[in-house]
Amino acid sequence: MTRLLPYPWLSLGLALTWLLLNAPLTPGSAVLALLVGLAVPAVMRALRPPAVRVRAPGTLVRLAGLVVYDMVRSNIDVARIILGLRRGERRTGFVTIPLDLRDPFGLAALSIILTGTPGTLWVQYDSQSGSLLLHVLDETGGDEWVRRVKDRYERPLMTIFS
Amino acid sequence: MTGAALPVWAAWLVVALAITGAGFSLTGALGLIRLRTFYERVHAPTLGATLGMALILTSSMVLLSLIEGRLVLRDALIGIFLTITTPVTLLVLARAAAQRDRHEGNPGAPPEL
Amino acid sequence: MTAIAVLDGGLGLAQGMLVLAMAIAAWRMLRGPRAQDRILGLDTLYLNGMLAIVVHGMRTGSGLYFEAALILGMVGFTATVALAKFLMQGEVIQ
Repeated sequence: MTRLLPYPWLSLGLALTWLLLNAPLTPGSAVLALLVGLAVPAVMRALRPPAVRVRAPGTLVRLAGLVVYDMVRSNIDVARIILGLRRGERRTGFVTIPLDLRDPFGLAALSIILTGTPGTLWVQYDSQSGSLLLHVLDETGGDEWVRRVKDRYERPLMTIFS
Repeated sequence: MTGAALPVWAAWLVVALAITGAGFSLTGALGLIRLRTFYERVHAPTLGATLGMALILTSSMVLLSLIEGRLVLRDALIGIFLTITTPVTLLVLARAAAQRDRHEGNPGAPPEL
Repeated sequence: MTAIAVLDGGLGLAQGMLVLAMAIAAWRMLRGPRAQDRILGLDTLYLNGMLAIVVHGMRTGSGLYFEAALILGMVGFTATVALAKFLMQGEVIQ
């Protein structure tokens, strides 16, 4: 198992990508997809990428749903800000968030989530102190954004990539 | 021109998805003009890179699937690729801008970590 | 209205909106005022150009435009990251 498939998820992803690019499904493209899925990870082994361990698939699905919902909502929020449809004072500013998440894959996932929801911008992360500098388009004041990032995204990510 | 055998409701669905997506992208580009500081403007293109991109690619997949009579998911690859690369682009750009602003001591520079 | 008329008009409108977005991004790219603004304009320009190509592929029904859009996305990403990286290391002493 480990010798033939050192990175099973990478193999699966590559084979699926090949099939998507070469639709419709024919026996020939299925064989080629299998070959790509087996050969490329074997070459990748020379680079020794660290293997990803994903736990708690239920949490993963719930987080994905939450991110899609947040993406749509914050897209509409930012569109309203740009078009000037929102009344009242708006403040922008930088927010520093102390992160407990240390896993590189978890941090990468967090950066994708924060970029995917417009209105938050990842400016800088310091791996020594684990603090993250965010720019927020609609700063509400207080530590609302800190709590939002930590409760909504960081906790499930720590469960998934623990 | 394609879509001769397409039902009218499907054409309206495809067009509605495409126009909504293009509207979000256009709003994002408008943000480049309307927002005042650089750090505010960086937020704007993400509109096109997230929901705008997703809606237009969905519309394309729906149209191709209906025309060819099978599930065509090829365009989802562009979506996956963009989802992975946009954070990298904006992160490096914001980091470079922060470094320049701090170095020059501009008033709008982000605080040190 | 026939399906062809709806598709042609609607997708044409979507394409026009994306081209307008490209024009705005190009204005920001030419105008500046600083280098990071220009790079941001370039990023928005290629992103909207890619989406416009996808919509054009839908209008013509040709599968060829998919590859063009994918390659434009890859090249644009590499260009933007390289430029931003240059901004970080080319001008500021590190």
